[in-house]
Amino acid sequence: MTILAFAGWVALGSFGAGLLGALTGLGGGIVVVPMLTLLFHVDLHYAIGASLVSVIATSSGAAAAYVREGYTNVRAGIFLEVATTVGALAGAALAGIIPTSALAVLFGLVLLYTAYRSLQSHADHIVIAAPHPWAVRLRLDSTFPTAAGLQSYAVQNVPGGFALMFAAGILSALLGIGSGVLKVLAMDRTMKLPFKVSTTTSNFMIGVTAAASAGVYLHRGYIVPAVAFPVMLGVLAGALLGARILGAANTRWLRLLFTGVVVVLAIEMLYKGVGSAL
Amino acid sequence: MITEAREVVRPAPSRWSDTKVDQWIGRLLQAGVLAAAAVVLAGAVALLARSGGAPADFRHFHPERSTLDGLAPIVRGALRLDSAAVVQLGLVLLIATPVARVALTVVVFVLKRDRLYVAITLLVLCLLLYGLLWGRA
Repeated sequence: MTILAFAGWVALGSFGAGLLGALTGLGGGIVVVPMLTLLFHVDLHYAIGASLVSVIATSSGAAAAYVREGYTNVRAGIFLEVATTVGALAGAALAGIIPTSALAVLFGLVLLYTAYRSLQSHADHIVIAAPHPWAVRLRLDSTFPTAAGLQSYAVQNVPGGFALMFAAGILSALLGIGSGVLKVLAMDRTMKLPFKVSTTTSNFMIGVTAAASAGVYLHRGYIVPAVAFPVMLGVLAGALLGARILGAANTRWLRLLFTGVVVVLAIEMLYKGVGSAL
Repeated sequence: MITEAREVVRPAPSRWSDTKVDQWIGRLLQAGVLAAAAVVLAGAVALLARSGGAPADFRHFHPERSTLDGLAPIVRGALRLDSAAVVQLGLVLLIATPVARVALTVVVFVLKRDRLYVAITLLVLCLLLYGLLWGRA
């Protein structure tokens, strides 16, 4: 394949990933690495570098299209970014040591977990309990708009959420993903932030987390122009279009379709990882 | 224009915070991404015109072949209008965009006289700059 044909096909695939990722709210980053390695036989390091770059583009570029006034908890986001950036730098250090086959298996497991989470429904919980002492000290409690007006919420289990965010940072660097699913889990399930607050705050944090490891990978030669540009431009164009037509599309079926794709890629990644380790 | 003027007439002191500033930072961030994408696109077109017919082989990791792995060689190459270096410069701009967001957030917390969060945000900024400028983890 020539560079031109490679760029064309990769851009097309990335466009689809960005579009489906934006429409389903799962983000396209998670399918970029499997697509590059399984379909285009790109080395895992180059795939991770290109994917991280596209994660920054969608998180920062499409974010404004999703701006829901008053949802993002900026203080919680900044505080938890300490955990995700330290995690991302730790993950970037680990990336040089962990064998490629183990990374492929880990990727497969994260894909399976993402598919499982995407099929669950999210009920917005309102916690009346007293906030965690750290939440008081850090002034993390806030309000969010509902149909009935501003609703206040109390933040729970800050250390647990912080620890999960550290793990999300490691995974983001190791696998070249945004780890939005884990970030939402940390805020929604562990810290009991409302679901919409969790998703918007997660998106706010994803670009910063990815930038920490992308900076390191740039110096290590993971980011090569001919692989990174079709991925970045393709995913960004797909995500921007997805944000535009969101609402007109039937997201239920798209979500099922995307979950199906994720499961197939998970099995392929596990097979590849286990196969190359044997 | 008229609505903007009306908002100026009724300034709410605590309005510094939150939604307005968030939206402003959000728009700036989006502009940064679009500018980075424009640089990447220009470099990509030139790269394809120059070496689009060459075989694509990215099966194996060859970090020693990469000459564009630091900020100095990337800027030097881009100034010579080397297409690969221009693409790489666009990617550096993209990586710098969230870093700029964090830097602006420091300013916002300084203006709000929120010392605790100035410190926390500065810590995040230092971690990001450490990765981007020195490339060590």
